[in-house]
Amino acid sequence: MAVKVSLKVNGKAVSAEVEERTLLVTVIRENLRLTGTHVGCDTAQCGACTVSMNGKAIKSCSILAMQAEGADIMTIEGVAKPDGTLHPMQAAFKEHHGLQCGFCTPGMVINAIDFAKSHPNPSELEIRDALEGNLCRCTGYHNIVKAIGAGARAMAGR
Amino acid sequence: MGAPLIGASVQRKEDYRFLTGAGQYTDDVTLANQSHAAFVRSPHAHAKILKISSEKAKKSPGVVAVFTGDDLAAAKVGGLPCGWLITDVNGQPMKEPPHPCLAQGKARYVGDHVAVVIADTLQQARDAAELVEVDYEVLPAVADAVKALAKGAPQLHDIAPGNCCYVWALGDKGAVDAAFAKAAHVTKLDFINNRLIPNAMEPRAAIGQYSRADESYTLYVSNQNPHVERLLMTAFVLGLPEHKVRVVAGDVGGGFGSKIYLYAEDVVVTWAAKQVNRPVKWTADRSESYLSDAHGRDHHTVAELAMDKDGKFLALRVKTTANMGAYLSTFASAIPTILYATLLAGQYTTPVIHVEVTAVFTNTAPVDAYRGAGRPEATYVVERLVETAAREMKIDPAELRRKNFIRQFPYQTPVALLYDIGNYDATLDAAVKMADVSGFASRKKASEAKGRLRGLGYACYIEACGIAPSAVAGSLGARAGLFEAGEVRVHPTGSVTVFTGSHSHGQGHETTFAQVVADRLGMPIENVDIVHGDTSKILFGMGTYGSRSIAVGGTAIVKALDKVIAKGKKIAAHLLEAAEADVVYDKGVYKVAGTDKQKMFGEVAFAAYVPHNYPHDKLEPGLNENAFYDPSNFTFPAGSYVCEVEVDKETGRVTIEKWVAVDDFGKIINPMIVAGQVHGGIAQGIGQALTEACHYDASGQLVTGSFMDYCIPRADDLPNFEVDTRETPCTHNPLGVKGCGEAGAIGAPAALMNAITDALGVKDMPMPATPLAVWTAMKNRKAA
Repeated sequence: MAVKVSLKVNGKAVSAEVEERTLLVTVIRENLRLTGTHVGCDTAQCGACTVSMNGKAIKSCSILAMQAEGADIMTIEGVAKPDGTLHPMQAAFKEHHGLQCGFCTPGMVINAIDFAKSHPNPSELEIRDALEGNLCRCTGYHNIVKAIGAGARAMAGR
Repeated sequence: MGAPLIGASVQRKEDYRFLTGAGQYTDDVTLANQSHAAFVRSPHAHAKILKISSEKAKKSPGVVAVFTGDDLAAAKVGGLPCGWLITDVNGQPMKEPPHPCLAQGKARYVGDHVAVVIADTLQQARDAAELVEVDYEVLPAVADAVKALAKGAPQLHDIAPGNCCYVWALGDKGAVDAAFAKAAHVTKLDFINNRLIPNAMEPRAAIGQYSRADESYTLYVSNQNPHVERLLMTAFVLGLPEHKVRVVAGDVGGGFGSKIYLYAEDVVVTWAAKQVNRPVKWTADRSESYLSDAHGRDHHTVAELAMDKDGKFLALRVKTTANMGAYLSTFASAIPTILYATLLAGQYTTPVIHVEVTAVFTNTAPVDAYRGAGRPEATYVVERLVETAAREMKIDPAELRRKNFIRQFPYQTPVALLYDIGNYDATLDAAVKMADVSGFASRKKASEAKGRLRGLGYACYIEACGIAPSAVAGSLGARAGLFEAGEVRVHPTGSVTVFTGSHSHGQGHETTFAQVVADRLGMPIENVDIVHGDTSKILFGMGTYGSRSIAVGGTAIVKALDKVIAKGKKIAAHLLEAAEADVVYDKGVYKVAGTDKQKMFGEVAFAAYVPHNYPHDKLEPGLNENAFYDPSNFTFPAGSYVCEVEVDKETGRVTIEKWVAVDDFGKIINPMIVAGQVHGGIAQGIGQALTEACHYDASGQLVTGSFMDYCIPRADDLPNFEVDTRETPCTHNPLGVKGCGEAGAIGAPAALMNAITDALGVKDMPMPATPLAVWTAMKNRKAA
């Protein structure tokens, strides 16, 4: 059975006809063709599919599209300003070489932005703890940790 | 022009697209009318395939086709080739069993491809794959290489009796035996280099497309070397004309070796695209990656180091059993031989070395190159032995190393390599200082006061990178050349597009290579773009692996740049009415020496494309040059790592308190990117030593098949890294570069295990040093 799902994605009202079993990440990637949200595993471990739902970072592989009915979603495509200027967290990742292959990056950035809202000046330990649900195989996290610290402080205007 | 570009931490050109979700990985590609493939995989490690019934699957909604091994055989689709022929100790070729793209007659590992279902949607393909009925006769299986060699072990391939692929040896056995006979001390270790699963964050993916209009194929694939992929697939498997196949490897989300190879899925989607006359897309889920990506390492080794009474190394004897998995993957046979045995001299003057390698088939996924590929295993052998010898002989481990360092270059090792240059004292001295080794004793005391154990370990690694001289590789069994190609296309208005056969999947070539180009031409980096990953755009390429990109691919670009500059000189001489010999090129300007006459690079480029005033009698119009570069030797990056750990006596948990890495990569183009490569390599090396263990049970089931069972390091498993470099420029390439991609993964496991065994006061313990393994080692030590 197909069902209709309506949500707001990156500020735009959208809807899609999907099977009930369809995951939110599938709607984002396949129906809306927003391919910046990635799928890196099938056990909710890697965090590459992280999006912001109603202001909170969630793993879009772990929720049915139907459960997101009416939600306000932000994907990586909606993070930079409309004129293309990078968000302070994105800029910090670039500045500190916090990405290599780029596959985990969208999930990292979305999670980091959510984390930074409650941690305007995080310690290294707090950042490493906050990355428990986001895997990276390229960077050894060293520069991601630096980037998130700098991004959080930039967001807080420090 | 501003500051010099070589040696500058230029921010990456590729970052904006990755940071904004604009990367285009293979699964992000959607083609009109595409269908989706789901593979039926063997749930058994070893089984005869008696019958496959696909009738129900074919009737399932949306199903377009179901294919099995019989269909491929009927269509004369060949098996997957191995690119490196090893000749055994008796002069016989290694055993090369057929490697069908869909199993024929037998499945030989859990995850082996048995059938493929193609349907309109992915869910329909997966639903229908569940309906394919396969009658298996389950056979006894063997996953462990040593057990597979035993009498009575299950046999995988008729052509490989005893499951033996080859027994291969290198070095002078007689001389080694003689040296051992007069040794004052012998240190012996018997250990396992644990099997690893690469786990690039982007799972493999492939989309095959066929056009009846011109009988051409396009394969979009997550791959590190698209030209090699095309060559292998067209020439050895599908028998297609090479010019009718385009391979596109766009953005690739990490590789670490696992995406070098031609995989069955790549062939099947390409072949099937013509059969169903629609694009066929397949993307691995992570479970499939665990089962079917080529794994790494998996050695069992007995190694002995002979020394005189002062600790001078006299000889090294190594015997290794290497697990190949069920079939030979693309470069599998070369890893435990050419890329392992030849590195066993390490940084030392050990005069004689003998190594014997037995390669074995088992009921496991194929094993091939994974970051470091043979070199981490060699470093582990040498550096665990050296550290253990130092403890046994009560010599400071750094001192024992210094006593045996190679200091005269070039240096011919007893295991075939000629090191061109190095300075091992420089990296070790720097690492000792950075790690404050002299303060270790007081830190150890402080740890003890807290009830914790503290240990310190070194590793001084060497690697052979920049593969290779093709002639050397060929003499060692390579069935391909190992050069690289580059093309510099100067546009009429003076900006430049550079095409490289190297491939970037995280390494940042689009930036590093652009720095090289902009520096050499003397132009802003914004005027340079680097293109890679598409056989229809790039003239040719051997791709990226073995830390070869800058040393081989970068040099090919430099050669092409020099041709551009030389041609431009001829054009400038004509425009300036000067003798060519009087024209010099300096930072973007052609000048007539000793005069104020000059032409900008852009003016010369324009003249080449608008040749109204042009030396037509001497030159063709246009400014576009390419070059192929085949190096005269490997490059030899080397370095010293120092690691300090604390161990919780109650839980066995290891925490890394300090990590210092001092590497010599020769000249460095972009220090920021190089440091990032070192961080990532060390993280994977720490993963091997601390958290990662691929485990097959006795029946051949993979029991570590997800991120929940196979632990790749998370942020809180790792420390910050203190990294630095020392520089001895490579002597045989114009940039003086050596390569940096694998060093961390090569040096880290030995350093960490040396530190842990130091803390525990044990001679050896297996990797990974999980809390349970450490706790067990402590308990056994108490009991002893």
